[in-house]
Amino acid sequence: MTKRVTQGPAGYMPQSAPSMGVELAPKGQGLLYGNVVTEEEAMRDAAIALLTMANPTIFPGPQILWDWKDDVAEKAAALLELASEIPNCKIIPMPDYRPKYPKIDVKAEINPNHPNLTILDNKIKACIFIGVHCHYANLTLRMIRAGTDCYTIALCAYMGHEEAMASINDLHASDLRKFKEIIIEERKKLGIEWTTTEPPRNPSLPKEDNSTLSPVDYGEYRSLIMTKKGEHVTDVE
Amino acid sequence: MSLKYVTPVAMFKKYLPKDYVELVDFGPFGKTQDEAGPGNMGQFKELMEEHPMCSGCWMAYYIRLIFASLPCPEETVTLGTAGCGRLAISQAAVPFIYGNYGDQNAMASGLSRAFRLRFPDKQKDVITIAGDGGTMDIGFSMTMHSWIRGERFTTIMLDNEVYGNTGGQESGMSPKGAVLKMAPGGKQFNKMPATDLAKAAGCVYIVRMSPTNIKKAAKIIRRAIFVAREVGPTFIHAYTSCNIEYSIPTEEVFADAKLREKDRFQFEEYMTDAAKEVIDRIEAEEKAAHRAKKGIVEEEVN
Repeated sequence: MTKRVTQGPAGYMPQSAPSMGVELAPKGQGLLYGNVVTEEEAMRDAAIALLTMANPTIFPGPQILWDWKDDVAEKAAALLELASEIPNCKIIPMPDYRPKYPKIDVKAEINPNHPNLTILDNKIKACIFIGVHCHYANLTLRMIRAGTDCYTIALCAYMGHEEAMASINDLHASDLRKFKEIIIEERKKLGIEWTTTEPPRNPSLPKEDNSTLSPVDYGEYRSLIMTKKGEHVTDVE
Repeated sequence: MSLKYVTPVAMFKKYLPKDYVELVDFGPFGKTQDEAGPGNMGQFKELMEEHPMCSGCWMAYYIRLIFASLPCPEETVTLGTAGCGRLAISQAAVPFIYGNYGDQNAMASGLSRAFRLRFPDKQKDVITIAGDGGTMDIGFSMTMHSWIRGERFTTIMLDNEVYGNTGGQESGMSPKGAVLKMAPGGKQFNKMPATDLAKAAGCVYIVRMSPTNIKKAAKIIRRAIFVAREVGPTFIHAYTSCNIEYSIPTEEVFADAKLREKDRFQFEEYMTDAAKEVIDRIEAEEKAAHRAKKGIVEEEVN
């Protein structure tokens, strides 16, 4: 098999997978490195990547995080079962797509506009995207391929994604359970011992305590501190 | 775009960042203005908190106020265009559509029509929030045409009287004689009569103001949204100074807003009879609900 879509970094503005001739897989089949393969073949390769690469992480998107449709809860339960079978797997959510400036908490969330920050900071080498709206998933997957060496897996309820190394389309809760079984099988084959454990909860940063801040903490920016009316701060000058 | 979109799947709540959990638990979604409105800002999780606007930006304050005043944030979509404002608006927890150089009112026309067709049983609010350049210069034709067509949504113009985002060029809304970094000779022409243009184009509710009074500003925003739901286009022309381009010291931004209230931004409210009818009805309903709630609380106390 010729690997057409591979792990990066492919460099700034890489050629898009569709322009390399990669086409979406028909229903019931998957994409592996840009080639149409059986769903099981794609799942097996993805399972091995998740089991052997450092810091496997699942990035659930809005479509699976928010309870907006009847079947979401079941799919979420299946995803959590799957995550529990991957050794040391983490869940870092993408709750929505709004830009996060001036900073993003890279330990707690991933943003489609700069996903590489979360991936590089957490040293993630294999990840799953699920429940991210397709247009944002395409953008994110391509950015990850451009700037990181992360193996990307797209689990899509619709048509799949060319930019991912492994892509499964038309995915429902039953397919997630099938993927889980494949992961368990491959784990046994590789001789990895693991007891089913849920991923750790979200490590959001604690609220910042500014009560002890002094002008010195602002370093070279201390001259920008605005004083209160009538106040004259001598140690800034 | 519905309360369901801000309800997390139970088993995933522990995987959400703290910010989102707080927004779900203590945010304004599904709550009344008494519970989470401009009157008690600081006591609930706001829709817009972090933003990259300049220190002392009066526009950032007004945008924060707009989001706190929304009658139904979970059913609201905002639209904007290039300019300072969108940097903050796009970071709010309300869906935002970024228009391409001034086409926000054209997009809002299609969007509000589509919502009425797709969700005939729901009330979706569409609000365009753009600067003076986006509304009155670059987006002028699309703004005017949306009003002439009688499109039912709210237009809010954040008038800082300059192209602040691109280094200080004069805009149609800059006052005559304004000397700016990129207009050193002083502006040669008068400020555009935005509210008069809105009246001529058929807006049914128009307000010009400098939002120095939180309660009053919030009431105006809500009135404009309620009228747009039922009658026709509404327009708020608000002064939101650019303290960088007009060199207003941070501590004098509020005083400047007060000063403008006495000249270029004297409070002016215009409404048609149909708009007045809607406002009277809704405010009477709100008062009645408030009294009823107060009565229940007093009874409980007694």
